[in-house]
Amino acid sequence: MSVDERTVRRIAHLARIAVTDEEVGPLQGELNAILAFVEQLGTVDVSGVEPMTSVTPMAMKKREDVVTEGGRAADVVANAPETEDNYFLVPKVVE
Amino acid sequence: MNAPVDPKKLIKGGLHDWEVIVGMEVHAQVSSRAKLFSGASTEFGAEPNDHVSLVDAAMPGMLPVINAECIAQAVRTGLGLKAQINLRSVFDRKNYFYPDLPQGYQISQYKDPIVGEGEVLVDMADGSSITVGIERLHLEQDAGKSLHDQDPTRSFVDLNRSGVALMEIVSRPDLRSSEEAKAYVTKLRTILRYLGTCDGDMEKGSLRADVNVSVRLPGAPLGTRCEIKNVNSIRFIGQAIETEARRQIAILEDGGTIDQETRLFDPGKGETRSMRSKEEAHDYRYFPDPDLLPLEFDQAFVDGLAEGLPELPDAKKARFVADYGLSPYDAGVLVAERASADYYEAVAKGRDGKAAANWVINELFGRLNKEGLSIEASPVSAAQLGAIVDLIGEDVISGKIAKDLFEIVWTEGGDPRALVESRGMKQVTDTGAIEAAIDQIIAANPDKVAQAKEKPTLLGWFVGQTMKATGGKANPAAVNALLKAKLGIA
Repeated sequence: MSVDERTVRRIAHLARIAVTDEEVGPLQGELNAILAFVEQLGTVDVSGVEPMTSVTPMAMKKREDVVTEGGRAADVVANAPETEDNYFLVPKVVE
Repeated sequence: MNAPVDPKKLIKGGLHDWEVIVGMEVHAQVSSRAKLFSGASTEFGAEPNDHVSLVDAAMPGMLPVINAECIAQAVRTGLGLKAQINLRSVFDRKNYFYPDLPQGYQISQYKDPIVGEGEVLVDMADGSSITVGIERLHLEQDAGKSLHDQDPTRSFVDLNRSGVALMEIVSRPDLRSSEEAKAYVTKLRTILRYLGTCDGDMEKGSLRADVNVSVRLPGAPLGTRCEIKNVNSIRFIGQAIETEARRQIAILEDGGTIDQETRLFDPGKGETRSMRSKEEAHDYRYFPDPDLLPLEFDQAFVDGLAEGLPELPDAKKARFVADYGLSPYDAGVLVAERASADYYEAVAKGRDGKAAANWVINELFGRLNKEGLSIEASPVSAAQLGAIVDLIGEDVISGKIAKDLFEIVWTEGGDPRALVESRGMKQVTDTGAIEAAIDQIIAANPDKVAQAKEKPTLLGWFVGQTMKATGGKANPAAVNALLKAKLGIA
């Protein structure tokens, strides 16, 4: 499997990463190198092998249903370029 | 899916009768104190961004830790939907870009949901019932909220809802009319409220539906469907389906084709319209969330939750029919809300179940509806209504006086039994007093007395006069018997 230029632009757009025309070619090469490596891995027969989800066998950690956080709206929006009354402000997006 | 086509459900087009096929994805907010993966509160109506942890705001380095109660709630719901519970499920990232989704992905479940196939029994108004298949239920995060009307060039983003646990409940395309779709959501809401796993408050957005609609000629293969997003009331669900089905029929009868797309329902204009479809088709690039291990639990955990489940509406309805001799319809009305069913049982306990149902449904519900009150806010308690039913049963008051008494208890409160005494509302069963009243009426109306011999239906007039003379307190059976004897009517 390999990606063409169009796919590179599309993936970049879906991830909202600005990619210049000059960058598309090199990125395509890098992505294809990675995909080629994955393809190599794909030749290993793993039928009947459970995908590994954790290096050490362990159960997922869970939390109690208790409110422990919140009440820091000013901190939450502190890094935002634009705020008002502790709302984030973004360029208008309307469907 | 392949149930015989009911001609009554078809929609008439200009050329053909069309069958509408509906499937639904209902998003139900899980009732929990904290969010699905953070310790921030889920409470509705807080100040902007006040119920936001650094996880919900997707600050770099923050890791999600799952709320155990949300898992239990999803399992309870699965059990309530008679569904398969998956002891192992997986959280995936659903990637898309939107300002109220700070992570850039929603943590959801894709290939391995926590709950598999189940079913919901839906009662229709005409007494029939349908079974709607449930395809799956999975846990996922809600997004934040964007306000677009605050400023001409800016959208305002509040992340209080971001990360709140949702259950997405996906039905099979088993619904064949807007009525069935509305009844399905109503029933689903009832089940969730019984289970206590979602409050079902549609005004606050706790329950929202994406509705998939397609049409076909009866017996034909499924048509292309459109998805109507985020419909937030049961009435609108019905309207959206009708509107969308008619739009598709008009296109097809004109020789056109339906584009599979996402649409919005505008209740104000009564139309659905295309959501300026994202330039590219949905490409969510799902993959397992590397921050979360698979969700695993054992059957004992499921069994423990099953033991703690309350009696569900179907079982309660069957019990009301069997134990109290109610009609399925009345039983269905009573079990629609758990609070109503509990109220009814408090009234019916040790009394005539049918009489109790009549009073709860006709008098109490009628009055509550008129005043826009919920059963919890009823000014008449179950004990008070029970006392009224007792007084009728004991022949202390007539059914008519009972309605007056109900009115007094509703507006003024008080002990019905004491009120009957203090206000002199007791039924007159003393035949002497009734006889005296009748004698007066007979004496004053000789012409009518003569007519009554020819025309026995005049008895009704005499009964009315007697009741009037006794202030409605005369025992109707006694009045009837005495009048018949005195007027010589067989």
